[in-house]
Amino acid sequence: MKLHEYQSKEIFRNHGIPVPAGQLVLSPDEVEQALSRISGPPWVVKAQVHAGGRGKGGGVKIVRDIEEAVSVVQTLLKTPLVTPQTTPEGVAVHQVLLEEGMDIDRELYLGMTVDRSTATPTMIFSQAGGMEIEEVAATTPELILKEPVNPGTGWMGYQARNLAFSLDPVPPPEVLRALTTVMQKISKLFVELDCSLVEINPLVITKKGQAVALDAKITIDDNALFRQKDAAALDDPKEKDPLERTAGEYNLNYIRLDGNIGAMVNGAGLAMATMDVIKLAGADPANFLDVGGGATEEMITKGFEIILQDPRVKAILINIFGGILRCDVLARGVIEAARKNEIAVPLIVRLEGTNVESGRKILNESELEFLVAGDLTEAAELVAKQV
Amino acid sequence: MSILVDEDSRVVVQGITGKEGSFHTRQMLEYGTRIVAGVTPGKGGMLFEGIPVYNTVRQAVEKEGANVSCIFVPPPFAGDTIMEAAAAGINVIVCITEGIPILDMVSVASFLRDRDVTLIGPNCPGIISPGKTKVGIMPGPIHRAGGVGVISRSGTLTYEVVHQVTLAGLGQSTCIGIGGDPIIGTSFIDHLERFEKDPETQAVVLIGEIGGTAEEEAATFIRNSFSKPVIAFIAGQTAPPGRRMGHAGAIISGGQGKAEDKIRALQEADIRVVINLGRLGEEVREVVAG
Repeated sequence: MKLHEYQSKEIFRNHGIPVPAGQLVLSPDEVEQALSRISGPPWVVKAQVHAGGRGKGGGVKIVRDIEEAVSVVQTLLKTPLVTPQTTPEGVAVHQVLLEEGMDIDRELYLGMTVDRSTATPTMIFSQAGGMEIEEVAATTPELILKEPVNPGTGWMGYQARNLAFSLDPVPPPEVLRALTTVMQKISKLFVELDCSLVEINPLVITKKGQAVALDAKITIDDNALFRQKDAAALDDPKEKDPLERTAGEYNLNYIRLDGNIGAMVNGAGLAMATMDVIKLAGADPANFLDVGGGATEEMITKGFEIILQDPRVKAILINIFGGILRCDVLARGVIEAARKNEIAVPLIVRLEGTNVESGRKILNESELEFLVAGDLTEAAELVAKQV
Repeated sequence: MSILVDEDSRVVVQGITGKEGSFHTRQMLEYGTRIVAGVTPGKGGMLFEGIPVYNTVRQAVEKEGANVSCIFVPPPFAGDTIMEAAAAGINVIVCITEGIPILDMVSVASFLRDRDVTLIGPNCPGIISPGKTKVGIMPGPIHRAGGVGVISRSGTLTYEVVHQVTLAGLGQSTCIGIGGDPIIGTSFIDHLERFEKDPETQAVVLIGEIGGTAEEEAATFIRNSFSKPVIAFIAGQTAPPGRRMGHAGAIISGGQGKAEDKIRALQEADIRVVINLGRLGEEVREVVAG
């Protein structure tokens, strides 16, 4: 679960990690009062959306006076923000963060994530801050340093020194101290909050020698939300597509894509592979929908309804390999959805695995109109022919 | 032969009285798996389908000689029960549970590091040596004993692949789902090493997906140290970056984990990569026929 920048900074503040003074506003009317509490000008106006690449999309602006701030906030709240990481239509901005400007001496990168290869939380540090870290990794990998955390001991002082003393030129002692303190606090909150990612880019050294998190990105491990109730309450449902939101409520993995073939599959791997064969057959999937290995009849009905609610869908492919999910359960779920909703587009069904015979029988004896595909290739070709 | 599990495996089911655990215990019994014990803390002393239930894995090992464990314990407690099985001396632990917090798995990985134990999963369908034993949740009837080894990061996609291999007239030595999470107990390479030594295995099907670099590492290993033919498939060739595709591990992020990079790495290691999943069975038959 991703947090907004302002939420992440609030957490940083509570953990003693310096962040710029700031105020969140929801409308242009609040700007003047908010700015009266922040030193400046200059101020920084930052759109609060989960999508990355905000700077490139015009979601971060420096303003010199109140009028300019009001007009920038107005524009941000009115027009969808398009960044390299959003769809071409962009995302709506509902909240804007206003912050004090900083006198920046150096821009660094500090992050923490779980490294799959070593199975440890790992601190990532670079003196090339303020740029996309992927770009730094591609062009100057030697500028990226990593320190894995030993699960037995936790983060150690020597690891912070290894990173901080790598800077060229080496900063004065008070800056080194500020940096190593931020590292220690990040590693602590990473574990305490069950994070899968904490990222500060840039972590700036101000002219006064402070280390300040100019940006903040926290992602909480979805699997740990059961024990991170405070963090779970920070979820912003507005950041999700409405159909994705409905799917989430029923434990369905649904992701909206750009095409017009609706697909319903059990299992994430098979769902990805089904998207791939649809594409190979010359069509484009409208979604990724994994109803899960052990879906119930109700989940199937909901999943099918979500596809039916998508106006872009011109044909539907159901591909189920029954395992824990039995084909007869699938068949009943589909029929239930068809009873409540009109199906105005061609439907192609491919069933295999546990209870496949009774599943096919249930579908055949219903009033549902559909085409049967014998195997995956045939299914993809059939569905591609409909659009 | 087969790898890791066979008809002599003595299986303990952790979480045997739960919804998933009880259902799949019956399925495994039907397949012929030798389930010698179950574990549910607090329910020790009862019988489930005639199988003795114990409070701890240690008791199941001492009393019944269990050496393989199959875990159906819910995510908040699953990490703890993996360590319990390892500490009790179980050799092969199969963890089916999906949704274990990643930091719990950091602890598990660290705990297992210097122990002589193999963890399969978590978030996996398990392992089956057709005709001998099934430790997991895959549908038994689609399998057939034979010479193709299968290693996969996925669940139902593995069933699709196995089904096609069986329809192509071939059987399987052992099929392993290594799991869809970012931290899993064993990699492709761990099992490739075993398949290399298994005389019954003639060829291996490797099923990968987007996310991480496990397939690239497997490609390097195969080029340098694996002598049998390998056929690979990568799911998620059309997946958009930054979106988690169901499995916690299946995400293209930070420029890593793209299907095209994995396919290229495998092809450069002279591995046959199947692009159209619908043709996988046929292509495996072609490769095995030489």
